[in-house]
Amino acid sequence: MAVKQLSVFIENRPGTLVEVTEILAAADIDIRALSLAETPDYGILRLIVDKTERACEAVRASGRTVTVNHMVGVRICDRPGGLSAALRLLAGKGFEVEYMYAFLSEKENEAEVVLRVKGSSEDRAAAEKALAEGGFDLIV
Amino acid sequence: MNRNYWQPGYETMPREELRELQLARLRDTVARVYAKVPIYRERMDKAGVRPEDIRTLDDIRRLPFTVKQDLRDTYPYGMFACDMTDVVRLHASSGTTGKQIVVGYTKRDLEVWDNLIARQLVAAGVGSDDFIHVAFGYGLFTGGFGLHGGAQLVGATVIPVSTGNTARQLTIMQDFGSTAICATPSYALYLAEEAEKAGIADKLKLRVGIFGAEPWTEEMRRQIEARLHIKAFDIYGLTEVMGPGVSYECSDQKGMHVSEDHFIIEIIDPDTGEPVPDGTPGEIVFTSLTKKAFPVIRYRTRDIGTVNREPCPCGRTFARMSKPKGRTDDMLIIRGVNVFPSQIETVLINLGYPPNYQIIVDRVNSLDTFEVKVELTDDNFDDSVAALARKERTITEAMRSLLGIGPKITLVNPRSLTRSEGKAVRVIDRRKLHD
Repeated sequence: MAVKQLSVFIENRPGTLVEVTEILAAADIDIRALSLAETPDYGILRLIVDKTERACEAVRASGRTVTVNHMVGVRICDRPGGLSAALRLLAGKGFEVEYMYAFLSEKENEAEVVLRVKGSSEDRAAAEKALAEGGFDLIV
Repeated sequence: MNRNYWQPGYETMPREELRELQLARLRDTVARVYAKVPIYRERMDKAGVRPEDIRTLDDIRRLPFTVKQDLRDTYPYGMFACDMTDVVRLHASSGTTGKQIVVGYTKRDLEVWDNLIARQLVAAGVGSDDFIHVAFGYGLFTGGFGLHGGAQLVGATVIPVSTGNTARQLTIMQDFGSTAICATPSYALYLAEEAEKAGIADKLKLRVGIFGAEPWTEEMRRQIEARLHIKAFDIYGLTEVMGPGVSYECSDQKGMHVSEDHFIIEIIDPDTGEPVPDGTPGEIVFTSLTKKAFPVIRYRTRDIGTVNREPCPCGRTFARMSKPKGRTDDMLIIRGVNVFPSQIETVLINLGYPPNYQIIVDRVNSLDTFEVKVELTDDNFDDSVAALARKERTITEAMRSLLGIGPKITLVNPRSLTRSEGKAVRVIDRRKLHD
């Protein structure tokens, strides 16, 4: 279950983002989706890539702080209301979403969403179970 | 037991006998500097004290203090007490906190110094079977040649590797089979990290380390011990007084024994110059008792520490001094609060962060800013902004509760802070640029 996400700590100075993307390119990593969380002092780059472990090692070897997390991944219909149906379900069961981002699927009329629910890995598993039971297709 | 003493006749000398020896040597030193060093004679004349007035050890308090500025004012040879023909070695302090100073040694001074170092090595269980990896800088800095001489005297195999080229150092450690290492604690930790990265940290034969030349904490000692799989000893000294070996640690490790047959230690209130009771923190002051080329009288080290004259279980009768909390030079005054870098280090290690940090002080709109850069390791990294913000707050609050003032924490990548391979750069005080 679950989607692996690579997170990279990004120091707040010019050029750090491009350096990370170059490292990934050099390691032959394909980026499927990404999001950047920013604060005035630093950023956290979150990536879904094709070879997570390899990407993690390459970025770590460059002296950057990295971590790999398991995220809830869910497929939704690419039409008005598709996303809110999934979020409504989670909210109704008391799950809190810390952050999320979405990208278009290779399949037509489908989008993929990765999200982090607040709490432990048990909370994540419970959220996945709730989505599956609600008829959503999980990304594994 | 006995094998842990190098010179048991002195190291375990009964206190009464030791005091007699100190008095005789003090009188000799004072007479010599009065005769040979103009600045000492002028100061003593001004204070109305003559060499023959030194009748008891307590009379040392009648002698004027010496400060680092005196060494600068008389630079280069104004405080040497022997003919330059008898000086066989010069060393100099790095001058990071001002103009450099230079000190000298006669042949006899170097013999004494070697023996002081040998006391530390033997107390740490190091002997002729050991391969001593001396990673202190060789050159004008006293660390390299100081440890080198003592290591040779105890008959160990000395590897004079000096500083720098860490990859080569690790290769040498492996290939030559280094069993003991001498370095600054910050470099030892750097070596440990590099050894871990190379996957050889537990393949080394190191079993003991002698560290000094910069302030370090007990927490840092534990890290070095755990990561290099060694027992770490603390050696103390300063160029002006001799170099490393003024005091040294026995295996009980509850303070460093001052080689009192060669130095008198006093602890004074830095503001009044008056002595403080044993156990009370104050400025450490040393008087050399046997140095010929560069004797010092009541030299104010600017190091803050305590002295303990209780008997030590190791059998040595020498008084013990605490690990200096910091040099008054290193002490920062930020918004009126005294801050020692060692306090920052303690907090970081206790919270599980690497003891690599940088304190940046600046002044913006006539208000001091206080920032600490902290290396964020994978273990401490959490990919949620809220969690990282919580971690920053935890560090700030822990520092605030210790210091009374909370810094802004800036997280940076691991091993990204400037590391000199000699002494670590812990403080950047930009306020000085604006004055």
